[in-house]
Amino acid sequence: MTDAQVKVEDLEIRLLLDALYYRFHYDFRNYAMSSIRRRLRQARVDMGCATISALQEKVLHDADMLPQMLRYLTVQVSEMFRDPGYFKAIREHVVPHLRTYPSLKVWVAGCSTGEELYSLVILFREAGLEERTLFYATDINPDALARAQAGVYDLERVRKFTENHRLSGGDTSLSDYYHTGYDRCVLDKSLRRNVVFSDHSLVSDQVFGEMQFVSCRNVMIYFDRALQDRAIGLFRDALPRNAFLGLGAKETLRFSGHAAAFRDFVPAEKIYQRTGA
Amino acid sequence: MTVAATGGAVIIGASAGALDALSLILPALPADFARPILVIVHIPPDKPSALAQILDAKCRLPAVEVGDKDPVVPGVIHVAPPNYHMLIEDEGHFALSGEAEVLFSRPSIDVSFESACDIWGDRLTCIVLTGANQDGARGARMIASAGGTVIVQNPTSAYARAMPEAAIAACPQAKIMTLPEIARHLQEHAR
Ligand SMILES: C[S@@+](CC[C@H](N)C(=O)[O-])C[C@H]1O[C@@H](n2cnc3c(N)ncnc32)[C@H](O)[C@@H]1O
Repeated sequence: MTDAQVKVEDLEIRLLLDALYYRFHYDFRNYAMSSIRRRLRQARVDMGCATISALQEKVLHDADMLPQMLRYLTVQVSEMFRDPGYFKAIREHVVPHLRTYPSLKVWVAGCSTGEELYSLVILFREAGLEERTLFYATDINPDALARAQAGVYDLERVRKFTENHRLSGGDTSLSDYYHTGYDRCVLDKSLRRNVVFSDHSLVSDQVFGEMQFVSCRNVMIYFDRALQDRAIGLFRDALPRNAFLGLGAKETLRFSGHAAAFRDFVPAEKIYQRTGA
Repeated sequence: MTVAATGGAVIIGASAGALDALSLILPALPADFARPILVIVHIPPDKPSALAQILDAKCRLPAVEVGDKDPVVPGVIHVAPPNYHMLIEDEGHFALSGEAEVLFSRPSIDVSFESACDIWGDRLTCIVLTGANQDGARGARMIASAGGTVIVQNPTSAYARAMPEAAIAACPQAKIMTLPEIARHLQEHAR
């Protein structure tokens, strides 16, 4: 594409994002453009539209398009105990602090289909903290939330989950937490005993309580820097002094206006601790 | 505007045999090389990569692994991290993405080529090196049609020839060069 074509396409993308916002109140206007551009191009081709404007016409006039568009605009890639080193660091460095609290609240922001949430619940059960913990699992994609709530995964993924769990230092067997049927792995519903699933957007919603640990991994990479700062501001408000924030492997607070409110806790795993600031 | 904005960028994709090939090109570049250099190599997803460190030790230019929203800096070798696609958000910033693998790869060369093409268009020089798959061909074609420069390693001299061959097939205007010729070309187009 020439420069001029890219500019027209970017204009069409902005108009489509406006349309989604005004029509459905989903606000992707401050997401990272490079990734939105790529995914809307895919959507355009898959839906047989000649232009992004034609796609916009569909979106505006066909309410059934929303779930489809959300599938393109949100990235649903996850894994249990993804980046085992992160979970190992939680076991070894965060859990000892959390033990000193009589009750705990943990927020998994952008929980997608639930893999990260269940990893934490299992880890907390292994550490003997599950009973005293309330987990909030939030996302903007209703299909993802429904799947998180169901806790059913393709059996072929379990080998990887099991390997990750072992590498994370898990001292129980992952198979203690699921049963299998056909080609599915069904997580034990007791893992949801202390979990609240909820629709919540880091773009437009407010903080809903004081947390001792927030895990928000691979969600803010899809935001531009200004929107990242809004989300980090929410975490800052939700976390009292000495509480913890965990990010994805390639994310950082370095560029944030809220950086001074956090100190590095386990820098290699992007785990931060709230300062008094 | 920064230097990067006027001078465009160099983007390099490589797979099997990448380290040897990159080691013949990047250390040859002068310390005052004025364009940002972006490198995408197929690396295993679930362990840390030493590629940036190795290149940093070998080259006069600094090499760093890219993190989300990191700045694009002229004269720096930016290496795509394992398990993320490396996108270019604007002339001055990267953005990472965990979207599905493309041609079984994350990072994908095509994904970065395409994104860099959106940003730099005809000010982009793209280089496809050795590899045993087709990644990069699609992106190279796009860059060529936007007026950018496409250079492909001569397949007969490549460790694995499939990737350069696919790029040449997709992009007949590509300049075909050996590794020393690529190094010389970049020295001559340092800014
Ligand atoms: C790649 S998934 C992350 C899954 C999990 N945290 C992990 O790292 O494995 C990104 C999730 O962020 C969600 N998301 C996107 N925008 C959001 C927003 N504004 N507020 C909350 N969640 C959002 C998407 O729906 C998606 O489920």
